[in-house]
Amino acid sequence: MGPYRLHMKTKTAPYAATKLSDYTPGALDDAVTMLLCAVDSEAAALEDESEWKAFRDRWMARKNGILTQINDLWLKPAPRDAKREVGQRVNEMRSRVEDTVEQAAERCRQSASQAHLASDWIDISLPGIRRPLGAEHPVIKTMNEIVSIFRNLGYSVEEGPEIETDYYNFESLNFPPNHPARDTQDTLFIGQQDSKPLRDRLLLRTHTSPVQIRTMEKLKPPIRIVIPGKVYRKDPPDASHSPMFHQIEGLAVDYHIKFGDLKGTLDHFIKALLGSTVKTRFRPSFFPFTEPSAEMMVSCFICGGSGWRAADPCRPCKQSGWIEILGCGMVDPNVFEFVKQNGYDPAQVTGFAFGMGVDRLALLKYGVDDIQLFFQGDVRFLKQFG
Amino acid sequence: MKISATWLREFVDLNVDNRRLADDLTSIGAGVEAILGQGDAAIFDVEITTNRPDEMNHYGLAREAAAIHDRRLRTIEPDLPKAARAAPIPIEIQEPDLCPRFTARALSDVRIEPSPARIADRLTLLDQRPISNAVDATNYVLWEMGKPTHVFDLDLLEGGKLVIRRARPGEILKTLDGIERTLTNDDLVVADARKPVGLAGVMGGFDTMITAKTRNILIESAWWDPITIRKASKRHGLHTDASHRFERGADFESTVVSTNRVAQLILASGGGKLVGDVVDAIAKRIDQAPVALHISEVRRALGEEPGISEILRILRSLGFEVAPETNDASEWTVEIPSWRLDVEREIDLIEEIARLYGYDRFPNTLPAYSGAVIELPDAKKEATVRSRLLALGYDETVSLSFASPEDGARFSPGLGIEIANPLSEEASVMRTSMVPGMLNMLTYNLNRGNDDVRLFEIGNVYEFLADRPLESKRGSFGATGNVLAPGVYQPARPYSFFDMKGDIETLLEVFDYPSVAFDAHAADYYHPLRRARALLHGATVAQFGQIHPDIAARRKLRQDVFLGELYLDQLYRHALRQPGYQALPRYPAVKRDFSFTFADAVRFQEIETAVGALGIKELRTLVPLEIFRSGTVPAGKYSLLLRATFQSQERTLREYEVADWSAEIIRRLEELGGSLRS
Ligand SMILES: [Zn+2]
Repeated sequence: MGPYRLHMKTKTAPYAATKLSDYTPGALDDAVTMLLCAVDSEAAALEDESEWKAFRDRWMARKNGILTQINDLWLKPAPRDAKREVGQRVNEMRSRVEDTVEQAAERCRQSASQAHLASDWIDISLPGIRRPLGAEHPVIKTMNEIVSIFRNLGYSVEEGPEIETDYYNFESLNFPPNHPARDTQDTLFIGQQDSKPLRDRLLLRTHTSPVQIRTMEKLKPPIRIVIPGKVYRKDPPDASHSPMFHQIEGLAVDYHIKFGDLKGTLDHFIKALLGSTVKTRFRPSFFPFTEPSAEMMVSCFICGGSGWRAADPCRPCKQSGWIEILGCGMVDPNVFEFVKQNGYDPAQVTGFAFGMGVDRLALLKYGVDDIQLFFQGDVRFLKQFG
Repeated sequence: MKISATWLREFVDLNVDNRRLADDLTSIGAGVEAILGQGDAAIFDVEITTNRPDEMNHYGLAREAAAIHDRRLRTIEPDLPKAARAAPIPIEIQEPDLCPRFTARALSDVRIEPSPARIADRLTLLDQRPISNAVDATNYVLWEMGKPTHVFDLDLLEGGKLVIRRARPGEILKTLDGIERTLTNDDLVVADARKPVGLAGVMGGFDTMITAKTRNILIESAWWDPITIRKASKRHGLHTDASHRFERGADFESTVVSTNRVAQLILASGGGKLVGDVVDAIAKRIDQAPVALHISEVRRALGEEPGISEILRILRSLGFEVAPETNDASEWTVEIPSWRLDVEREIDLIEEIARLYGYDRFPNTLPAYSGAVIELPDAKKEATVRSRLLALGYDETVSLSFASPEDGARFSPGLGIEIANPLSEEASVMRTSMVPGMLNMLTYNLNRGNDDVRLFEIGNVYEFLADRPLESKRGSFGATGNVLAPGVYQPARPYSFFDMKGDIETLLEVFDYPSVAFDAHAADYYHPLRRARALLHGATVAQFGQIHPDIAARRKLRQDVFLGELYLDQLYRHALRQPGYQALPRYPAVKRDFSFTFADAVRFQEIETAVGALGIKELRTLVPLEIFRSGTVPAGKYSLLLRATFQSQERTLREYEVADWSAEIIRRLEELGGSLRS
């Protein structure tokens, strides 16, 4: 803006009205053109409202404004035969000047507010002011996602104690005393229990399955429940083991449940959790409290089932393209025998149960390579899930 | 478990390659985790579930493969030369319940030497160390057909007989591993006339083992009571390939064939002669009752598949005998093969049917449901507390539920619950407080240069109440470092006691209660002058504050650390606040500021209570705007700028009313010892 303004200010001397020596149309044209050029260029040079006011008065003041002068200098002395022609020209010229002055006023007002805005300048490239939000724990978040899928299928949520009795953790789940199947659950036992009968001895539950029995003692069939919670095993901590981890157990008991219902429910669930493109497979397995028992595998959602990630072998699925996700099965009739009094006659009801390790799912889902990270509270880790 | 594909194929002709065979075995439950090696050296790494000891060998898996492909399984029938006549070795079974069957036979003039390459190579392939032809023969039979057997140096057995009896208390047996074991009356032993020569079903004796000098051999193949073997194995900390199979249940009918197979292998490699017939002492038969199979039960569990002829084919291919032969019965009687001790009930047969039919062939269906969905009583409260803590900027954590005994005692008066077999001393009691875990996590962060930390955890604490374990829901939160990081917009603002107090107030607001009270009665691990507890209806719902400087010093915390505990079980007794509409004020609010000087002893709570007691219902808020100490304020006093806001729901307030109220407030505060500054 500066150089332009200088240029305008150093222009030729300002316009001054003079008498006309010649009233021919050509001479009139020249005089009009000169005046209009002058008013336009003066208007263009205006910068603020006070300059505009002076400009307005110079041209339009009743007393001695240029338009008034033109009236006196051009129209009044005009020869009789030219008077009409000159009068018309002067009127046109007046309305042109008035328009120019009005438009200049508008422009001056705008530039004034622009100048004011300029002082509000900020560097918008500076970082924003962030309000820290807490981050959800990846395991709890995964657990909540799983629970909510089952809630949408009509499952209620149940809970149970983490310090359990042998009866609920083992016996009523068809792990008889001295059965080798107990070896698969490296159990942490509570101290000073030897004086009690075996079934009353306390231990840290090795799975969330005891809540199956607790719930069936409490509610009559039909039932649909999921049981999220902490479980414990005597596993020394390493990248894939923790003595405490999380499980979600599920149980459906009704008068018409078949093996296909177990498969269909879990297939639906895992697609809701991991996306509809995953495929499922069921393999025979063994759990004392289900029969038939199965393991559900899903097509590897890390490598898409190919076994390879670019040029590297896919580790989560050991290149098989399949990942073991959960154990499940039809409820063993022996389990129903323990709650037969409450309406669970194995001749009447059937059901299915399933259980999955949430921490392992979260490890896979987020590509975390060390389960210990879940339990250290390192904010550099936690913030990644915000 | 390692299984040689070539060895397996000796028992069944299969026209599928190893990869397909592995997939097939996996699909019926013998999960092949990996295929190692090529050609004749190809090894399947198979995971066999604990209920299927019959599969833990080559012949057993060949049986499954034959069933999948509907092929004939070859029988194992050792071809033996005629035995020299001799008197049978007397076998005395004193415990028929624990040793229902004991089979033995003798060999003479055997040369003990290394096994032939074929045997040694196979064992090596399975990571079994070849020892000698006689010992390897038993090992070979174990991996071939799953039956543990044992060989004695016959000349070292005293008294010419074997006795199966309980050990005498204090009796000593040196087992093959060279360890002398003191036995109890619960141990079952194989003994000669004088001494125990083997811990039954677990491990043979050292003193009667095969050595280079051995010439005459006695082969043992018995069937032991699974629970007895399991207890002995646990008692002596001795888990062997033999005990692993016996405690899961071996094949009752395999004792003779396995004895003969061992004899055949020894004769083939070490020469020698059979002496006398096989001695087969049966003290008690194992009763495997036939099982009735109803088609209605199959349909109830599995649905419309598979068809009846497929059901019968599957069972027969696995060695079950099914009668009647016809397909149009509704009920069959199924005889259980001796190697399937896991099959006792109809549901066990149904599992066999589903397993061989193929789980993936059953259609996926979703069951209808007419029952109720029941909410956990506190689920919504917990979700609300959690989301509010997240919104307040605390990261969610989970810490282990264990604590060290010192931490357990330091941070809670409760009676800790001890773990009998803990992983470590630091994790040997169940936590009685959330504080040690939270402190550990804050320390962990500070030690890694994470200076600004805000964490929370929701979990249980555990204690004994009388003799019963009690699990109570608690919340903990911890903070250290800056609330606001320094930057071009503002200097750093460190987290303070009042951040925590404000967060607790914000958190408590989600519950419905008339008022919350704060006092200074908090636990002694907090800073004595910077701690508080919050009470609703007289019940403590939270305590919080700066951690005691002594504890901070002991843990080498290099900056102030704040902790809070939420007694969620107490808090959850209150309902969640239901938001209710109140008409928006239609008349303007009037603000008045008062500048007072008070003695330090006058706390804000007293000022607030005093003004509140005036009962001016148009007084909406009374906010402390500024506090000054020093400067023009004399020592022991502080200057307080208070702002009162008045507003009425009914009318515009008059100037004189506000002036009257202001005067009342001033008079009341002067009675408290305050003096109005200009
Ligand atoms: Zn993969």
